[in-house]
Amino acid sequence: MADDADRRRKFWAFSVVGIMLIISLWYYSVNPIYMYIIAYAWFGFAYGILLQWGRFCFASAWRDLFAIGVTRMFVGIMVAMAVFSVIMAVLAANDLSTFHPGPLGIHELIGGLIFGLGMVLAGGCASGTLYKSGEGNGTSMLALVAISFSQAIFVDAQGWFDKLLRGYIFPQPKFTIAEKVFGGKNLSLGEYFIGDAIINTIIPTLIFLSLAYWFVARRSIVKRIIEKKAAALPANGGDVKLSLKDELYGFWQMITASKRTTLAGILIGIIAGVHVMAMQSLRDKFGIENFGQALVKMGFVDEVSKRGTVFDPGYWYITTQEAQIGAWVLEKFGWNMRDNIYFGIMNGIPNPWHNPALLMSIGIILGAAAIALLNKEFKFKAPTRELAVWGILGGVLMGIGARVALGCNIGAFYIRVAGGDPGGWLFFLGMGGGALASVKFLNWWTERQLKEEDFDIDIEIE
Amino acid sequence: MKVKKLENGVYQLDVKGYVCPHPQLYTMKTLQKLKSGDILEVLFDNPSSEESITALCDKEGHEIVERRSDGGTFIYRIKKA
Repeated sequence: MADDADRRRKFWAFSVVGIMLIISLWYYSVNPIYMYIIAYAWFGFAYGILLQWGRFCFASAWRDLFAIGVTRMFVGIMVAMAVFSVIMAVLAANDLSTFHPGPLGIHELIGGLIFGLGMVLAGGCASGTLYKSGEGNGTSMLALVAISFSQAIFVDAQGWFDKLLRGYIFPQPKFTIAEKVFGGKNLSLGEYFIGDAIINTIIPTLIFLSLAYWFVARRSIVKRIIEKKAAALPANGGDVKLSLKDELYGFWQMITASKRTTLAGILIGIIAGVHVMAMQSLRDKFGIENFGQALVKMGFVDEVSKRGTVFDPGYWYITTQEAQIGAWVLEKFGWNMRDNIYFGIMNGIPNPWHNPALLMSIGIILGAAAIALLNKEFKFKAPTRELAVWGILGGVLMGIGARVALGCNIGAFYIRVAGGDPGGWLFFLGMGGGALASVKFLNWWTERQLKEEDFDIDIEIE
Repeated sequence: MKVKKLENGVYQLDVKGYVCPHPQLYTMKTLQKLKSGDILEVLFDNPSSEESITALCDKEGHEIVERRSDGGTFIYRIKKA
């Protein structure tokens, strides 16, 4: 029986890969330019594998820090970002980067705060929601639907998001630290490395890691070091003193505590870098700057924005493509989703099978499903009523937060910071504030649930 | 979520179906109510919680005396420090 189940799981895992391959070949046979969107799908597949294998969820970075005092994921994302920032500097210096900084302003902090509230309630960030959907998690699937429709409705309703974009967000300055410090574009590798990687990413990363070590991880690590030192003392005793070397050893212990997460962080950083390079190379190959140009050339003019573009970031991104699928569905019910800046002028509403970034998201789900099936971790979990409420509410908040900040934990934080945009840190801090508030709420809620269970150990023990 | 006493000093926490952060949060809170040396058997099916519960036990000094998985469900037996 167990062997049969294993065989079935393996069959489905390899079927996922097989279906991806067949669809890729079919796309290519229709028109070689579809290689451009196939590339997105396969990079998504790679992200999905790494996210699921590494249990790599940005929500848990802040959440587990506040909720259970665990630094595992906080370390993971800092490592991923440091690695990615070095690769980004090399790509920028060689004119192979697709990255553009976003408008720098308080909207990033506020958007991060709303997003942070949502991600803890939903049980996963924007990328976490995708890979957990691939694991068969019904709550994450509901959150995914909520992110899609909340964004689509939010950017279209009453036109006030247009006012926010025109009146506040668009006029804000856009720059990377390297551009600000060394002046202008087309800088040298050393300048990109010092400005974007060292100053904007690696130094703040080390500061955040040091704070996490000092305030969260240190107590238990130091306790073990002291116990070890005390055991090595002669019988007549003596004082145990902690040296700087001990603290550095403790810091390293924190970094390597979860090898799987840290390794996933390194690999995600590398893949994200290769992804940027590959998309820029494909743009050069096909002579386009945006996939909308290819769609117009093929006659799909209804799918692009007024500028002739679709959402085509050229790097890892999550939420805008979800808004587009939400808008695409709402259009089928008669909504006019194009009378706004976001869809009408900026991103268009391509058919799902023409949507480059959406194929990347589908790739993430399939990659996560394949690895979860192989590792016997795939299980469909229908949400309970309680979790459905948290999933939908969390998804709505993540959707709204992502639009206010012009991105999620990937587009507004991970990519932005590693690309040298200081605004990414504003989103990160906002995300932390929101996560703290939601953790406090869930602490209260779980305590209440445990009381309802009438779980009283003291009474039960004789 | 269900908590039950299996025998003296051995308890079971069933958080199957829950997503993050509930499994790790319930595990931490339940362990806080136990005595040193008590065993808590945690049943969960959210793979992400695996690493978080391991890190939590490592940090607090609790020993995971047994780890099993069965059809997507993880079963951890944790001895409280």
